[in-house]
Amino acid sequence: MFALLKREVLLSIRAGGGTLTGVLFFLAVVSVFPFAVGPDTKLLSHLAPAILWIGALLASLLGLDKLFAQEREDGSLDLLVMQSHPLSITIFIKAFAHWLMTGLPLVLATPLFGIMLNLSPLGIGATMITLLAGTPAISFIGAVGAAVSVKLPRGGMLISILVLPLVIPILIFGVAAITGALEDPAPFTAPFLFVCAITLFTSVLGPLAASIMLRHSAD
Amino acid sequence: MKLIVENLSIHRATQEIVSDISFELSSGEALIVTGENGSGKSTTLRGIAGLMPLNTGSIKLLDEKGKQFEGEIREYCHYLGHQNGMKPSLTVRENLDFWQKFCGDPDLTIEEALDEVDLAHTIDLPFSYLSAGMKRRVSIARLLVSDRPVWIVDEPTAGLDAQSVRMFTGLCHAFCEGGGILIAATHLPLGIETEKTLEIGG
Repeated sequence: MFALLKREVLLSIRAGGGTLTGVLFFLAVVSVFPFAVGPDTKLLSHLAPAILWIGALLASLLGLDKLFAQEREDGSLDLLVMQSHPLSITIFIKAFAHWLMTGLPLVLATPLFGIMLNLSPLGIGATMITLLAGTPAISFIGAVGAAVSVKLPRGGMLISILVLPLVIPILIFGVAAITGALEDPAPFTAPFLFVCAITLFTSVLGPLAASIMLRHSAD
Repeated sequence: MKLIVENLSIHRATQEIVSDISFELSSGEALIVTGENGSGKSTTLRGIAGLMPLNTGSIKLLDEKGKQFEGEIREYCHYLGHQNGMKPSLTVRENLDFWQKFCGDPDLTIEEALDEVDLAHTIDLPFSYLSAGMKRRVSIARLLVSDRPVWIVDEPTAGLDAQSVRMFTGLCHAFCEGGGILIAATHLPLGIETEKTLEIGG
């Protein structure tokens, strides 16, 4: 299984910088917001957690369409599903590698973009922690979308449509947790624990659902 | 070791592709699946490899004592389909190394396997640099790096030159002599003595 993780990481570095595209897309989304909102720094810092979360959410969806479709194209998918390892573990590793190369760089890039949006250091810290806890869930849910659309020639759009509604709860609790950290009466721990719970829940259910889907999409 | 296939039939959507296929192979035997284009050779092979749901029929893999192997048949098979299952951006060594570790049961080392297919000099080249025939030979080398008792190969010699075809039939001979079971869909006779043929369609 470590071999699979190593291969996925190598592939995402070699195949034209999947990591960098995610961060650049994140930058693009985040940097257009101040232009739309205007020069009101107070309003901007109030909106910053939501902007960062939406940016990270959209950037995390990148590359999901390649998760299984590319494996199917070159015939690797047949060989991956034939082995004696449980297929859900294989998918878990693939989704985890996707997060490692797409989600994690976004978390690390957050301080830079937080400053751009006039977010306080405490807010930047809270955003990083909630993104760290929440973005893996996007990859795990995304694996299900990728498995559903594996046979479709232009599946990327469909994945976004399938996945976005399912990740809304993470968005709600993620942003609520940051607001909780910044404003006094609102709690931080409760929504943050919800984010963690969703990630743990999807890390089991997502690969399992995707494995059932892949087994039945044989042709 | 014995592979017993009984009354196999496979549907795609509502259409029956192949029906009532039965055969029995023991260690060291090879089955050549022949038939016209579109007669269902690949479908049959994918069905045996566990990549297509079977409509009816059963596949059993028995050991010397007649006991069934644990788990699914596909775990004991090597499958070589139309595609090579290799990543173009990784080197030949990285590709084979991954499959060896992922499939388990290491047999030949990567260097030895590439020697068998006369591609030792390409070990550090990206897979995408190779010609179509060389790519095919690398995916044949994949069959050698992990030890599996059953090989299921679909048009294995597509894109290979005459010399490489001889090399491949040589490998098949050695595999069958070592007690393996080979199922191949091909138009070229492999020239293995213990060869059976299965005509599909027709």
